[in-house]
Amino acid sequence: MRPLPALSSALAALMLASLTVGAAHVDLRGIFGDPQAMLVLLESRLPRTLAVALTGAALSVAGVLIQALVRNRFVGPDTSGTAEGAALGLLAITILWPASPLWLRMVAASLAAMGTTALFLAVIRRLPVREVMLVPIAGLVLSGVLGSVVTFVGWQTDLMQYVGTWLMSGEFSGVISGRYELLWIAAGAAGLAWYSADRFAILGLGEQVATGLGLSTAAVMRLGLAVVSVVTAMVVTTVGMIPFVGLVVPNLVARVMGDNLRASLPIVALAGAVLVLACDLAGRLVIRPYELPAGLILGIVGAVLFLWLLHRRPARG
Amino acid sequence: MDKRGALMLAGMGLALAALSALWMFQGLGGGNRAFVLHLRGAKLAALVIVATAIGVATILFQTVAANRVLTPSIMGFDALYVLLQTALVAVLGGAGYVGLPAGAKFLAEIAVMSALASLLFGTLLLRGARDVPRMILTGVILGVLFRSVSGFLGRVLDPNEFAVVQAVSFASFNRVDTGLLPVAAGVTLLGAILAWRLSARLDVLALGRDPALSLGLRHQAVVLGVLALVAVLVSVSTALVGPVAFFGLIVAGLAHGLMRTARHAALLPAAALSGAILLVGGQWLFERQLGQAATLSVVVEFAGGLFFLYLLLKGRIR
Repeated sequence: MRPLPALSSALAALMLASLTVGAAHVDLRGIFGDPQAMLVLLESRLPRTLAVALTGAALSVAGVLIQALVRNRFVGPDTSGTAEGAALGLLAITILWPASPLWLRMVAASLAAMGTTALFLAVIRRLPVREVMLVPIAGLVLSGVLGSVVTFVGWQTDLMQYVGTWLMSGEFSGVISGRYELLWIAAGAAGLAWYSADRFAILGLGEQVATGLGLSTAAVMRLGLAVVSVVTAMVVTTVGMIPFVGLVVPNLVARVMGDNLRASLPIVALAGAVLVLACDLAGRLVIRPYELPAGLILGIVGAVLFLWLLHRRPARG
Repeated sequence: MDKRGALMLAGMGLALAALSALWMFQGLGGGNRAFVLHLRGAKLAALVIVATAIGVATILFQTVAANRVLTPSIMGFDALYVLLQTALVAVLGGAGYVGLPAGAKFLAEIAVMSALASLLFGTLLLRGARDVPRMILTGVILGVLFRSVSGFLGRVLDPNEFAVVQAVSFASFNRVDTGLLPVAAGVTLLGAILAWRLSARLDVLALGRDPALSLGLRHQAVVLGVLALVAVLVSVSTALVGPVAFFGLIVAGLAHGLMRTARHAALLPAAALSGAILLVGGQWLFERQLGQAATLSVVVEFAGGLFFLYLLLKGRIR
């Protein structure tokens, strides 16, 4: 089966299921005669379904970009300090200016995410040995250090609850109409990446080859950095951190499709949406009518997938 | 041990004694002295036990893994312990879990933990010796997996049962489970003595697999035994204060830096002593001087993480 139709139909089926699964009963067949069910559908189910799909798609594309930027398959936006940077930015603006408008929070989160991702790029540039596995380890530890800064600041300012439940664990149960639209910005940024997909594919060949082919590597790096940071910041601002999506989905797709990013980016986005939606649905079903955060389910599924990738795949950059 | 090393150890012992005296007797008012001394004594004992357990466990693990930047926590040992606890509560129920006698339960957990750890990490280390970074990454991700599964079980548990698990899942040097102290002290002491008795073999093990084999060491048996010992010590420290990822790294780094030797007979006590000095001194600073302005565990994680990045950038990973 070809990946595009298969993934599209899987996504459509999951979205339909997502519209009907939840604490309130919604029957899609009699929807027009039932104003209550219509309200639930339009205000809660549909926004949630869209939010989950957008998050999965945008994070997976961001994962492809960061992997092209650092030329390493084993990193993702959540293991390169990006998500922690966004959390730090949000925390800072919440403390400095509690009544700040939403757009300012977005800008603060994006800028901080950009800063910490640039720090990660600077760190791995200085790694003495060009070892494939060192890069993700450095990223994980850097994320841990930044995470402990977030915890420290949260502890000092009595914001631990905000940090713990809002920023660090990604879940979609709080999504209603009017509270997820930032994710469209993330999707737009990811779309921008598709527009320049060829440039990122060339960048992934290495700096010298890319320069030799006439690519302005610095400019493409800046674009990639901006897209990754904006996507991650929007996701963290709206639903919190979602682990492993940006890491495993690009790998899984690349095993099938290779590295022609113009062809594979839509597949990556679809696959990411399918994965996150499946995890969110599982989270809604395991302890019905209560919910588990999608981020938690992905922590388990993603870790298992990552371990499999780590040991199945022959070691190459 | 040479003269300098002996002097160094003696100096550290003196420093620890002075710090402990300061900890016990500073600002001791005329009021209920017995109560204050008992409280402080229990906490001091817990800190020293944890420092010894983490210090010795880290040195042992670094020798087995032939790598100076690894700690058992980075590789997910303490996450495994937390998972074991959570699973136990999930199976037995909160009341059933609390109802078991604390000491016997703890010993049983330690036994299961060491069996699991030597099985899992033994396979990982013996198979992954050729590709060290891949092995580290596997350990790190295993840790993430264990934490996620514990988180999953924690969400499914009912809140009363979750409260039982919560204490072990977060690092805190302020809230120490004093009920376990006698058992923990005994286990740690036994473990430390055992490690010290093994130190000659550990010196040989540190040379690498092939030299160790040709010198007549039963390599695989020693590796598995040492890993079981590491698991026991990590269980003790995790049960008392919760998971601390990078503390062992600082302690082992200090021990190597101060002793400048590869002999475990000197390294092991140095790691235990420097860990105890750091923990008692740090806790004194944060609790008495800074009025709990920050928590020691967070500061330790931050400093330890930076130290790890420094080692990584200096190319010490191999």
